[in-house]
Amino acid sequence: MVRFSFAGAELAALAPGALAWPARRALLVADLHLEKASFYALGGQMLPPYDSHATLGELAALVDATGAEEVWCLGDSFHDTEGCERLAPETRDTLRRLTSATRWTWIAGNHDLHAARLADHCGGRVVGEVEVDGLLLRHEADPAEPRPELSGHFHPKLRMTIRGKHVARRCFVASATKLILPAFGALTGGMDAGDPAIRAALAHRPADALVPVAGRLLRFPITA
Amino acid sequence: MSELPPILDRWFAGRGWTPRRHQLAMLDAARAGQSALLVAPTGAGKTLAGFLPSLVELIEQPADTLHTLYVSPLKALAVDVQRNLLGPIEEMGLPIRVETRTGDTPSDRKARQRVKPPQMLLTTPESLSLLLSYPDAAQMFAGLKTLVIDEVHAFAPTKRGDLLALSMARLARLAPEMRRVALSATVAEPDLYRGWLSGTGDLDAVRLVEGDPGADPDIAILLPHGTVPWAGHSGRYAAEQVMAEIAAHRTTIIFCNTRSLAELIFQDLWAVNEAHLPIGIHHGSLDIAARRKVEQAMADGRLRALVATASLDLGVDWGDVDLVIQMGAPKGSSRLLQRIGRANHRLDVSSKALIVPGNRFEYLEARAAVDAVEAGERDPDIFREGALDVLAQHIMAMASAEPFARDALLDEVREAAPYATLPAEAFDRVLGFVATGGYALRAYDRYRRLTEGVDGLWRVTHPRFVTQFRMNAGIIVEAPMLTVRFRNGRSLGKIEEGFAATLSPKDTFFFSGLSLEVEGVKGEDLIVRATARPARIPTYGGARMPISTNLADRVRHFLHEPEQWPRFPDDVRDWLEMQQRRSQLPAPERLLIETFPREGRHYMVVYSFEGWNAHQSLGMLVTRRMETAGLQPIGFVASDYAIATYSLKPVTDPRPLFSPDILEHEFVDWVQESALLKRAFREVAVIGGLVERQHPGTRKTGRQVSFSTDLIYDVLRRYEPSHLLLEAAWADAKARMTDVGRLGRLLDTAAGRIEHVALDRVSPLAVPVLVLIGRERVAQGTVDDALLIEAEALVAEAMNER
Repeated sequence: MVRFSFAGAELAALAPGALAWPARRALLVADLHLEKASFYALGGQMLPPYDSHATLGELAALVDATGAEEVWCLGDSFHDTEGCERLAPETRDTLRRLTSATRWTWIAGNHDLHAARLADHCGGRVVGEVEVDGLLLRHEADPAEPRPELSGHFHPKLRMTIRGKHVARRCFVASATKLILPAFGALTGGMDAGDPAIRAALAHRPADALVPVAGRLLRFPITA
Repeated sequence: MSELPPILDRWFAGRGWTPRRHQLAMLDAARAGQSALLVAPTGAGKTLAGFLPSLVELIEQPADTLHTLYVSPLKALAVDVQRNLLGPIEEMGLPIRVETRTGDTPSDRKARQRVKPPQMLLTTPESLSLLLSYPDAAQMFAGLKTLVIDEVHAFAPTKRGDLLALSMARLARLAPEMRRVALSATVAEPDLYRGWLSGTGDLDAVRLVEGDPGADPDIAILLPHGTVPWAGHSGRYAAEQVMAEIAAHRTTIIFCNTRSLAELIFQDLWAVNEAHLPIGIHHGSLDIAARRKVEQAMADGRLRALVATASLDLGVDWGDVDLVIQMGAPKGSSRLLQRIGRANHRLDVSSKALIVPGNRFEYLEARAAVDAVEAGERDPDIFREGALDVLAQHIMAMASAEPFARDALLDEVREAAPYATLPAEAFDRVLGFVATGGYALRAYDRYRRLTEGVDGLWRVTHPRFVTQFRMNAGIIVEAPMLTVRFRNGRSLGKIEEGFAATLSPKDTFFFSGLSLEVEGVKGEDLIVRATARPARIPTYGGARMPISTNLADRVRHFLHEPEQWPRFPDDVRDWLEMQQRRSQLPAPERLLIETFPREGRHYMVVYSFEGWNAHQSLGMLVTRRMETAGLQPIGFVASDYAIATYSLKPVTDPRPLFSPDILEHEFVDWVQESALLKRAFREVAVIGGLVERQHPGTRKTGRQVSFSTDLIYDVLRRYEPSHLLLEAAWADAKARMTDVGRLGRLLDTAAGRIEHVALDRVSPLAVPVLVLIGRERVAQGTVDDALLIEAEALVAEAMNER
């Protein structure tokens, strides 16, 4: 857990790509894309049916490790609108245990727009976007938004070539008022942190890619 | 001997030719109804020998159905053969249609070919497999008489060979009268190929026909100043002499071992091309239109020289070539002969070749290759068991053609030589994988692609899976590529995405014979402009061809037999004599290891001669052990001949570093963590049909990024480590990327047969290996975390304004 401050709040970046908010005993994750594998299986690409299990297992372990009482999922929690109906019974049980043990909020994303059914199947509550202690939580950053904002959607990833070796890591992207979380799902790919789409979402303000490594938070300026 | 029909006799006579002995022997085999393997050198009229029996049969018994199917590993070869066949057919006025069918064939012609096939159809293994996936295949091939496989030595022991073997087994069912004919360059063990061709391993079913040997090739080693450099591996120092040879010959092909080297050599030659002779460049990354243009220019005799890579290895006739130059080490005697065969397609005249060794070890290797060619020694071919990802693709092809019974298909598959001993259990796993992904969870039974009906037949559940299969079938899986383009849209070719990622705007690199400056990346294109500034070199990645075992053995013997040395140039002889005085010479069957300090570091050099791939693997493993032993290794370099490690503390006893148990523990751990296995997994996932290929132009841009096979690999390894595709990837990684066989041989030698020599300074033999340090980039032994921390420090230093 590597603490840093953002818009007056003390936050901590966790290595698997989650964000802890110790003052609220809260955990924030984005883009779980649960049941992505089964979505592709429907189309004939039989990806390993373990992604929801892996993603929720990881999340449950973080809830345990941080003692979080509150969980915020910043949208695209399921890969598609039918995803929650395809959850395997034992995986759904895991999810239900989690949503009943914590104050759990689903923020709707673009993949799971009609997320109302989510709460019926899996527990937790569903909101569009919400302001919490001065931080706005939503799925996709709004370049015109002046308030401090936490979001997901872009799956930022830092890609570098260092001494001839390619290194790619999920990363956070932070400007003075915007923090974009990496995707947390086991089968979610990534987009280069310096991608024009991300820079546009940050309204082209100076920003850093943040990577928690070995108890430190590494900062890499995103070139404008 | 068989007699030819009069019309063919007259055709031969009209050209002043008589049929060659082996051409008639092929006809004999056909008349006896036997399959045949023709082994003959380039220029022996192999193609005509392969088609002669079909011509005779079609003259004697004209038929309007598909008679002969020809399969070659290269589209270009199929086109070339069509051209060469159409000549005689027209001259004799025979009513025989010859057509090609490849990925480039327009779809209306493909559809027509299935309804009304020509008498002779020329195709590739992939296109044949696709043909067999159509329901009308049974009808199309029912009357097929002959299957001709060209250049069989180039691909029988590969995955494409697996696919063709499976297709052959199906063809044998559809066309009971079909004979199998294969044409091959000279190989070490023809019986291996007879067994492969027969399918069942029945050698007697395949008659071996051997062509007459051609005139011995005339191979020389080019030493511009009578000396061989210590370092380098390209022969770049010889540009002026190579240019002089080009000027002195009609047409020269200059072979380079890698694409990036070809670009460099082309630049070097251009710089000394004072007479402005027309010179071209040809390699597999260049734009296809550019390649076709160069090929045509060669065929027309408009080029004086062509700098090329393995993309020109195979049998297409490149016109009037009278000299072949090999830049750098030849790596194998068969490979060298193939390349020399590009020169002078006439049997009675010697083909002329020059080798330009890049350093002293490469001189020994070049000498070894010349000796091996003179002794008629060929590189060994390694046949392995059929790949399971290829079998998965084939099962989907068969299901797309028609419903099948499991037992019948298993029997049929076992008639393909690479799958002859396939256990029923393995077949069922592959079948399960094709149907539902083959997971222990059985999560996808609802979404299955294949289902077993009450009639016991397996069938595809929805036509869209058939379409999907046909879109994605194929054995060649390329790394993700970017197209190199000028801003006006003109494409120059493709480079690997990984290399492109190392380029920033204003960076320069050589490509397609030009020096290019990067402007930026746009979607799937790398936008460039021509520049006069000097350039970096593309590193295209990809596996390197290691020195063959037979050449390595010869080099070992050279080192240990001073009676050979008078044949060598003075400086090479001095080098070996000095090594003998100062240290030892490596003996065959023993493993020489030298240790010495130099400039505050401690070096260990291992002379193991097992080729670059095995050395690269061992280098990784040994530096890990050194790390554990607290020797503080900094890095290592590997060549085809040796491995050198350097560390802060000295290795006093190398024996524990090389104990054979390294293969049991560390090797497995290392391969599983390495990028090798992920790369192999990506390939088997595409071939096996787990994921779709990215088709050009359809890659998602913008916000939504599709999944990567690396993530699938991570999930699968964690939750189902015994999954079929992980096993298939593992088999590939072992066989092709790490050369585990040769690694094992090296460690066997090491067990009890290490000669450790502790020196006070660097030995002569170590110099060519040590100079690689700093040129080869090594980040081994360093984990990603440490690299990132280092990168951040660098960025901070560079960005610090105070």
